[in-house]
Amino acid sequence: MASGSAASSSSSCSNWVMENGDVPHVLAVDDNLIDRKLIEKLLRNSSCRVTTAENGPRALEFLGLASDKQNNLGTGSKVNLVITDYCMPGMTGYELLKKIKESAITKEVPVVIMSSENIPTRVNECMEKGAQMFIQKPLKQSDVKKLTCQLMNCKG
Amino acid sequence: MEVGQMQRQWMDYTKSLFLEGYLDGQFLQLQQLQDDSNPDFVAEVVSLFFEDSERLLNDLTNALDQKCIDFKKADAHIHQLKGSSSSIGAERVKNCCIIFRSLCEEQNIDACIRCLQQVKQEYFLVKNKLETLFGMEQQIVAAGGSIPKMELSF
Repeated sequence: MASGSAASSSSSCSNWVMENGDVPHVLAVDDNLIDRKLIEKLLRNSSCRVTTAENGPRALEFLGLASDKQNNLGTGSKVNLVITDYCMPGMTGYELLKKIKESAITKEVPVVIMSSENIPTRVNECMEKGAQMFIQKPLKQSDVKKLTCQLMNCKG
Repeated sequence: MEVGQMQRQWMDYTKSLFLEGYLDGQFLQLQQLQDDSNPDFVAEVVSLFFEDSERLLNDLTNALDQKCIDFKKADAHIHQLKGSSSSIGAERVKNCCIIFRSLCEEQNIDACIRCLQQVKQEYFLVKNKLETLFGMEQQIVAAGGSIPKMELSF
């Protein structure tokens, strides 16, 4: 599990702390093929292991939260971070965020939302549902470095 | 032509693409992601962009050709194209898509059709430019040289 042994009790990002030497496993969700390729490379460049999913339902399946299975603890894959596009057909990134936060298995996993549109109400609703961060697309290396630094090392 | 000359030519051409607005800073991001472990990264991503965009442009052409246009569907296609062109730094294509979206919202059929022509034009222009650029890169590598790293200083 993304560490419960937080480095500091005052740390608001204690969820993010990895065990030393672990490579973070990130699940990247985006319906756009080019964006998936880009985010995958950006994350790999920041020393992350990456799994991509092209939509919400596939992401949930990977996390072990598929709706046709009941509480399948242990059949889901452990991820340290989910990064998802907001605008996706079918299940939006917001809906995916909610499902992740509603499940006991995954609610501690940080979820980052990406969007090409920086709409304040959209940002607020995501943050309210527990998103760790809202990043504007197109993604740059500096965005991902910031993210993974927080994930790997929460030493202030 | 010797390698140094080819490299300078490549740099000048790349700069012109930025100055003329075909490409923006996001393309530099892609170039910076290319390294020895992934020497063809830019070409791969751009190749995907070409395939994806041509499919979307076809879908859009069909969508606007219908007796009863599904503007929501057309908007979804344009949203995809805007997203991918933005992600690779194809600035002019992206800007055209932004305009297209507002025309879709207005459900202005004639303007949409004209705008689609514009999007196609911009797309084929940037495709041509990028293919020229990649051609130059292949020649440099074939001659034993390496692709220079672009700076943002212009």
